Amino acid sequence: MKHVKTLNTKNLRGTVKKGGCGECQTSCQSACKTSCTVGNQSCEHK
Amino acid sequence: MSLIHQYKNNGYNILLDIHSGCVHVVDDVVYEAVTLMDEGCEAQETAARLTGKYPKEDVETAIEECLTLKEEQMLFTEDIYQEAVRDFKGRQSVVKALCLHVAHDCNLACRYCFAEEGEYKGSRELMSLEVGKKALDFLISHSGARKNLEVDFFGGEPLLNWEVVKELVRYGRSQETLHNKRFRFTLTTNGVLLNDEVMEFVNREMANVVLSIDGRKEVHDAMRPFSRGAGSYDLILPKFQKLADARGQENYYVRGTFTRYNLDFAKDVLHLADLGFRQISVEPVVASPEEDYAIRPEDVSRICEEYDFLAKEMIKREKEGRGFQFFHFMIDLTGGPCVYKRLSGCGSGTEYLAVTPTGELYPCHQFVGEEGFSMGNVFDGLTGEEIRREFADCNVYTRDACRDCFARFYCSGGCSANAYKLSGNIKGTYTVGCELMRKRVECAIMIKAALAQ
Repeated sequence: MKHVKTLNTKNLRGTVKKGGCGECQTSCQSACKTSCTVGNQSCEHK
Repeated sequence: MSLIHQYKNNGYNILLDIHSGCVHVVDDVVYEAVTLMDEGCEAQETAARLTGKYPKEDVETAIEECLTLKEEQMLFTEDIYQEAVRDFKGRQSVVKALCLHVAHDCNLACRYCFAEEGEYKGSRELMSLEVGKKALDFLISHSGARKNLEVDFFGGEPLLNWEVVKELVRYGRSQETLHNKRFRFTLTTNGVLLNDEVMEFVNREMANVVLSIDGRKEVHDAMRPFSRGAGSYDLILPKFQKLADARGQENYYVRGTFTRYNLDFAKDVLHLADLGFRQISVEPVVASPEEDYAIRPEDVSRICEEYDFLAKEMIKREKEGRGFQFFHFMIDLTGGPCVYKRLSGCGSGTEYLAVTPTGELYPCHQFVGEEGFSMGNVFDGLTGEEIRREFADCNVYTRDACRDCFARFYCSGGCSANAYKLSGNIKGTYTVGCELMRKRVECAIMIKAALAQ
């Protein structure tokens, strides 16, 4: 595209069917302990 | 409701398509076209309004590209998740993570400690091996089909009860094969009692370690003194450096707290980076407004400037080959968690619980000792079904402030404990926290844009 550069390859819509296994890390255990930061967690099945 | 969040930062025009998570870096024509289209303008009207300001051909191709992205569900994507997330939250009933308070006691007297210098509104106590084992048994028996279980050794200061920590790790390992589970143990420590023996064990057994240090010596020592007032920086720093190096600079965080007294906290982050640390988390204190060190609403703009400064410095260092990770700027645009995880929150009170030294269960470490939040104990099992349901119902669709917030897919509704402490309701809003979260997401995306060049 001439005007647009898209940065990501993953579309959240695609995770509706495949997601939700619950095996991923609990967000608060990793580093924060006083906030909720989920967007930087990783998926166990990526 | 807007379907797009658009902003300019550090010379980049950024479009975040909220519901697909797609991020587009665009030129001025598309940026303005999207503003108009998001307000409801049709393609023809958008073209008419932009022609004259930009060359006709540019306007036409810009709008074509927008329409192509819309067709591919990468722009102006609608929210299709509400029902799916509600069903998902409704079916969750397993526990997969425990925060074990192995010591309600501490050898530091940090001024901002939410545990009131380690005691959590109670008396100084250590968890017995019996209670700890029972907690691990409880976790295994409540985890259903989940294989990965997490146990964080927390306090107070967990190294005050080190022998029990080691025994619990050994006990957990002995149960893994029997029950087809895998424990991920983590430790959060102030470093005072770290020694070679502890480091060797931690590096062998702990999936992650959180090392508490606030940054510059004067900042750290002012907030993290020993009970008689002496600072702890000089004692802990060399131990943390040794531990981080021994772990290959991975699977750990140095974690600091900034307060109103160091709103120039980027200097603390960079200080930690200059000391050689590569995994850094420094975050705003959450405190009652009457505390002198609490962040005030009028501090938000200053903090946002600081995040901008830090983001630019991180880009510069990354390009020079001396980059580091800052926990709150980490964002995974090519992978990352599924939409269920993103929208349903941290799991406190449902899949994540805290255990006190005597085995009492609470929704998370920050609720320990809070009246009305006890959820039973590891001997007699979970009670407090009403509390569990209330936490289970926490998600971005049940929090008023989240519905129109572009960052809801990244913070997942924020911290229930912060909301409770600042608004009196676990579904309430901690406005300062929200504003800072939004800024961090914007910076995180801008960094990706800059590094993609």
